[in-house]
Amino acid sequence: MINELVLLAAALVPRPPSLVPVQDTTQGKIVYGKWCAGCHGDGGAGDGPAARYMLPRPRDFTLALYKIRTTASGQLPTDPDIERAIDEGLPGTAMPEWKTRLSDRERRDVLAYLKTFSAYFADTSQRPTPLQFGSAPGGGKGAEALRIGRQFFDSIACHKCHGNQGRGDGPSAPTLKDDAGFPIFAADLSQSWLFRGGGTVEDIYRRLRTGVDGTPMPSFSDLIDQRLITDEELWRLAQYVRSLSPERAPAVRDVIHAAQRDAPLPGSPTDSAWNGLERYWVPLVGQVIRKPRWFAPAVTGVWVQAAHDGRSLVLRVSWDDRSQSPDSAWLEHTARMLETMADDDTAAPAPAPPLLPDQIAVQFPLAIPEGMERPYFLMGSGTQPVYQWRWTSGSAGGAVTGLARGLERFDPLPRASLTGQAVYDQGAWHVMFTRLLATADDSTQLQFRTGRAIPVAFFAWDGSNGERGARMAVSTWYFLSLDAPTPPRVFISPVLAMVITLGLGWSVVRRAQRRARGDGD
Amino acid sequence: MRTLGMAVTLVAGGVALGIAGWRSSADGAQAGATISGTIKFTGTRPVMAKIDMSDEPVCKGKYQTAPTKEDVVVNANGTLDNVFVYVKAGLPATYRAAAAPTPVVLDQDGCRYLPHVLGIMVGQSLQIKNSDGIAHNIKAKGVKNRPFNISQPTNMTTTRTFSAAEVMVGLECSVHGWMKSWVGVLPHTFFAVSGNSGTFAIKGLPPGTYTIEAWHERYGAQTATVTVAGTQTKTADFTFAAR
Repeated sequence: MINELVLLAAALVPRPPSLVPVQDTTQGKIVYGKWCAGCHGDGGAGDGPAARYMLPRPRDFTLALYKIRTTASGQLPTDPDIERAIDEGLPGTAMPEWKTRLSDRERRDVLAYLKTFSAYFADTSQRPTPLQFGSAPGGGKGAEALRIGRQFFDSIACHKCHGNQGRGDGPSAPTLKDDAGFPIFAADLSQSWLFRGGGTVEDIYRRLRTGVDGTPMPSFSDLIDQRLITDEELWRLAQYVRSLSPERAPAVRDVIHAAQRDAPLPGSPTDSAWNGLERYWVPLVGQVIRKPRWFAPAVTGVWVQAAHDGRSLVLRVSWDDRSQSPDSAWLEHTARMLETMADDDTAAPAPAPPLLPDQIAVQFPLAIPEGMERPYFLMGSGTQPVYQWRWTSGSAGGAVTGLARGLERFDPLPRASLTGQAVYDQGAWHVMFTRLLATADDSTQLQFRTGRAIPVAFFAWDGSNGERGARMAVSTWYFLSLDAPTPPRVFISPVLAMVITLGLGWSVVRRAQRRARGDGD
Repeated sequence: MRTLGMAVTLVAGGVALGIAGWRSSADGAQAGATISGTIKFTGTRPVMAKIDMSDEPVCKGKYQTAPTKEDVVVNANGTLDNVFVYVKAGLPATYRAAAAPTPVVLDQDGCRYLPHVLGIMVGQSLQIKNSDGIAHNIKAKGVKNRPFNISQPTNMTTTRTFSAAEVMVGLECSVHGWMKSWVGVLPHTFFAVSGNSGTFAIKGLPPGTYTIEAWHERYGAQTATVTVAGTQTKTADFTFAAR
């Protein structure tokens, strides 16, 4: 009887809300309007007020065309596909992750709402089904796996767009456009942390199977269906592509150490001695402070290495660049780029796009600051200039030094105290600067000293991307530290300490043994 | 008034019944009416840029003289090639065409699409063939049809179909930026492409009044209204002007 009463009571108590996710497009619209419409547009067409400053442009939901999917090329994405893009964002684009910013409920609702922008999602004949992917075969980092992967990299012609070493510098790279006609880059396969759909072997394999819809990247699933390539071979290719990037995304460190070398310093940009020196990753971003602003920098960062021998400093800046500018093969891309990214205050791009060089600038203060105060990072100011090294591709002189007083003014210094050498190899520039630590002119040229934190900043221009002047990639201030020669006491002190400790220990033991023997006598 | 309305209904019903029997079929092509014509071109012939195929010796070797882009191909007799002419409107609502059984072939040969413009029915197989043996990808940029992008890095044939009528679906190769093809997808077979004679003929039409559209990739679309009955042949010429 009591049991029955309990059951009856349980039945009468209002049930908790269903655990089956209910998607509420009305709520989703509110979330969308607040967080998404600024870029994706009120009507979902990828044309919000901020869209013009972005490349790649925000997704146009009215086309129901999604890059990152688990479905075959041309199919709609599954809900989990869209969910992943919302939750994790798309690396290398303006799309951030929303998992920590919106509640589960909000993300679910907004997903439901953005599907209402296209009739395709309501079409029941378009039911998206994920492809069967299996899992990666083992031994993916072994030489044999990578050899097979490389073989298929060549045979299915990845290099046509991605380049021989995968840096996005293939012969077809300059012609690439997305479906909306905007310029698009072949992914730099040595920067897996910027892959839109993630940088794991599994992610890469999936992109090979599904393609990246709306872009020139095709699907390779038909090759498996027609047994022209085995599934394992495609996995090996994914493993090979993954091997082109560092194991982990490079950490950003504040201090770049220039090692003290007794052996001769590296003598050229491709000297094998560079391989033994620590590499420091310095990320760059578009210059968006002063007009004309630049929202589509081609150079995502530079690798910096440095060494000195107490007399000279060598500093090598290496970065991936899809084009050895100036290169007329990229002129149409340059024109498309300038048209796409025309800033709010710039006149329409000239009918003939300019043939521009690549450039790099390394910036220091005029003197090592005593406190924490540094000149304005964006090329100093009229009252507080900065000391810069500048290198321009195709120029006979190599590198020049000068004082920058803001973006508009650069006064070259007459004394040639700096040499610059450059090598362009397989989609990467290596520029090596060499300078004496101390120079005769110490009023305008920074005097390098060991053991001090010397502010340093970097600027890069990709000419083929239409970059020059304020249209550039910039870093913030970092520090360069020239390691001081290690004083002899650093090596002697531990040895002395060990000898003393051992000696003391030995005497203690001896005394104890002697006492023990005396007791026994 | 009521009588008149009744009469109209009866007549309309009779017409509908009369043409309900129309079906597209291979052997029925001679039955019905024909609309044919010439695609004329006026003005200065635009000069098509040469295609540099130096990066693809396989393709370059297939030509005696450097091939040119195909945006505008004016024939020797002054007519315009590669114009897609089709029945845009006018077929009876009851008209149903079965998908043509034979597939349509699109070949990639010499780093060009052959043919440059083609028509296909909804659901009909499109066999995309790679005769070059070098890497091509086929990117279909449909709007009413789902787009797709597939790789063909070697000699192979891939089959795809289109699910919705769309004039036109652009096809392109991302590896070779000059490679473009246009596919007109229709729910019937009443379409034709002007060839190197600049003429077209749409055969086997049921009697009716049709909107005929002529589409060209650079010069856009023009329409004409043509009424045919029985086994009549009517002419519809179109003129595209250089601009």
